[in-house]
Amino acid sequence: MKTAAPGATASKERRGSFTTISGRPINQLYTPEDVASLDYERDLADPATFPYTRGIHPTGYRGKLWTMRQFAGFGTPEETNQRYKQLLKAGGTGLSVAFDLPTLMGRDPDHELSLGEVGKCGVNVASLADMETLFDGIDLAAITTSMTINSPAPMIFAMYLVVAQKQGASWDVLSGTIQNDILKEFIAQKEYIYPPRPSMRLITDVFAFCAQRVPRWNTISISGYHIREAGATAAQELAFTLRDGVEYVQYGVDAGLDVDVFAPRLSFFFNSHSDFFEEIAKYRAARRIWAHVMRDRFKAKNPRSWQLRFHTQTAGVSLTAQQPYNNVVRTALQAMAAVLGGTQSLHTNSLDEALALPTEAAATLALRTQQIIAHETGVANIVDPLGGSYFVEKLTSDLEEEALAYFDTIDRMGGMVAAIEKGYPQREIAESAYKFQQAVEQRDKIVVGVNEFVSEEEGPIGTLYIDESAAERQLARLNELRRTRDNDRVRKALDALKDGARGSANTMPLLIEAVRAYATVGEMCDALRQVWGEYEETPII
Amino acid sequence: MQKIRVVIAKPGLDGHDRGAKVIARALRDAGMEVIYTGLRQTPEQIVAAALQEDADAIGLSILSGAHMHICPRVMELLREKGLQDVLVVVGGIIPDVDIPKLNEIGIKGVFLPGTPMQDIVDFIARNTRSRVEA
Repeated sequence: MKTAAPGATASKERRGSFTTISGRPINQLYTPEDVASLDYERDLADPATFPYTRGIHPTGYRGKLWTMRQFAGFGTPEETNQRYKQLLKAGGTGLSVAFDLPTLMGRDPDHELSLGEVGKCGVNVASLADMETLFDGIDLAAITTSMTINSPAPMIFAMYLVVAQKQGASWDVLSGTIQNDILKEFIAQKEYIYPPRPSMRLITDVFAFCAQRVPRWNTISISGYHIREAGATAAQELAFTLRDGVEYVQYGVDAGLDVDVFAPRLSFFFNSHSDFFEEIAKYRAARRIWAHVMRDRFKAKNPRSWQLRFHTQTAGVSLTAQQPYNNVVRTALQAMAAVLGGTQSLHTNSLDEALALPTEAAATLALRTQQIIAHETGVANIVDPLGGSYFVEKLTSDLEEEALAYFDTIDRMGGMVAAIEKGYPQREIAESAYKFQQAVEQRDKIVVGVNEFVSEEEGPIGTLYIDESAAERQLARLNELRRTRDNDRVRKALDALKDGARGSANTMPLLIEAVRAYATVGEMCDALRQVWGEYEETPII
Repeated sequence: MQKIRVVIAKPGLDGHDRGAKVIARALRDAGMEVIYTGLRQTPEQIVAAALQEDADAIGLSILSGAHMHICPRVMELLREKGLQDVLVVVGGIIPDVDIPKLNEIGIKGVFLPGTPMQDIVDFIARNTRSRVEA
C-alpha cells in the first residue's frame, strides 16, 4: 500500500479500521497508480457516450434538474389527494404514490389480514373509484407519476390508465413509472403474492402491452433500494439489482419481444446510504455495467437500451429514532451523493420517519433540502464533478468488479429466479445485515446519537397519527361499491381474466376490463391466486 | 441451566424482516432457543406457536402501524390459553404515544429503531429468568 508522504505512517492514524459502511477497506491515499488501467474513452467517456460512466445526458443538470419526487400516501384517497396538491404547490415536480399494505398485498380492506393496516403505511386503493378520487383535479397528461406497487402492479396500472382515459388523456402521452419489480420482493421486501414464474409472466405482459399502447411509460423500476434496506452492502445492492435487470430482459426476450423495443423503458431505483463516496461510485459503476450488459450480452442496438436511468431514495434504514433532527443532516448528505452520482429523480426522507409517517412540515423540509442542493450549492452546474478522482474511479472499478463476480455466481446457478429459489441472495443479505449490526454493537461503526454522543434528555417531536376512521371510511366505501356496481359484469370480467391467465393471452386488456367494471384489487388478485397459487418462502435467518 | 425459549414473529401484512431476523440471530448467539415463525402470522398462529414451543417469551416485530390492533389480540389470546406468564416484547416503529398503552396491556418491553441488540437480549434474559428457573 502506498502511503501519503514520508512520515505519514499508520501509527499516526486514529485507532480502528478505515472501512466504508459496507465494510470495504479504504486506503489512506489514492494516486495515479490506482487508475493506471483505466482508459478514458473506453471506461469513462464523456457524458452521453458509451459506457455512460459519467452520465447519460450531455449537459447533466444544466439541461434539466432531477425530478424532485416525494413519495407520499396515507389514509384515504381524499386525504392523499390533498397532500399531493400541497406537494405540487410547494414545487414538487412529480408524484409518487405510497400504497398501504392491503393494496400492496392484493387484499381488500375487509380481508382478515388487513386488520389494522388500512391506510397506515400508505393510501388504500381498493377499486377504480378510489383511483378516481386519488387523482381528482390532477391532470395526468401534465404530470409524471411513480407508483410503488409490485405484485398488483398490473391491476393498479390498469386503474391509472382508465382514470387517464376518463380525464380525456391519451395513453401515448402518459408518462411515469410503476415499480413492478417482483424479484426484489422475493429477495428483500417480501411483498409477493404468486410464485416467481407466473409473477414474471405478469411483468412481461406489461412490457409487451406498454410497448404498443403506452410507449412513454417506464414499465418497471428495478430496485436496489429495498435490497439495501434489508442489509445488503453497496456491492450487493449493485450486483443483485443489475442481475435482476438481466433476468427481466432475458424473460422479455424469451417471451419473443425485441430487446430494443422494451429495454429503453426499463428504469432503476437505488438507495443512497451514508457512505458518501461509495454511493457515488455505485451509481457510476451501475451505468457502466448496464451499458455493457445491454450491448454485449443482449446485443441491443438502440443506445437508449444501453442507458441506465435511475431514481434514488435516501436510506430510510439510516434514520434514527434518537435525536431525530440529526436525520435532516443525514438525508441532506445522502441526497448530495445521489446528485453527484447523476440521479434522474430523488426522494428525500423526512426527519420523523423512524417514528411514523411524515408530517406535512417534515415532508416539506425534506423537499426544501433538495431545493437547497439544486439552487444554492452549485453542484448542479457541472456534470460528474468527481470524474477523474483517483479514489472515486478506483471505487467505481472495484464495485464493478465485485458486482460482476456476483453475476458469475448467479449465472452458474441458472439465473436470478433459480438463485432466489435456492435462497442465495436472501442469505447473503442476512449475513451482511448481521455483520453491520455487530459492528454497531462493538462500536466499530459509530451511529451518532445511538452508540456515541447519546443525549439523556430528548424532547418528543410531533408525529403524524393515522386514526382508525380512515379504515372505517374505506370499508364503508367498499361495501357501497359492491352494492351499486354491475356485479354480473364484474364476474364475467374476472372469469375472462382467469381464462386468460390459464392460457397465454396478455393479461393487461383483461385487467383493464375488470377495472372498468369496478372489480376490486382483492378480487382481481384472488382470481389469479386461484389459477397460480401463492408463494410461501422458507425463512432464512 | 435450561435455555430460554423465544418465539420471534412477524404479524400483519408487512414483509420487512431485517429486524426480526437480526434479533433472532442475536438471541440465538446469546444462547437462547429461537423459533422464527416467518412472515404474515395471525395472532392466533403466533399464540399457537408459543404454546406448542413452550415459549418463555414472544418477540413481535411490527413496522406497519398495526400494533394497536395486533398486540391487544395477542395478549387476549395468551390469557385465554393460560399463557399470561409468557413475556411479550415488541420492536419496530411505534409512536411515543402508544408505548404507555402497550405497557398497560402487559407488554413489558417496547424497542424502537437503534436499540442495541444487547439491551434486548438482557431484557429478555432478566424478565424470563424466574420462569425458566422455576
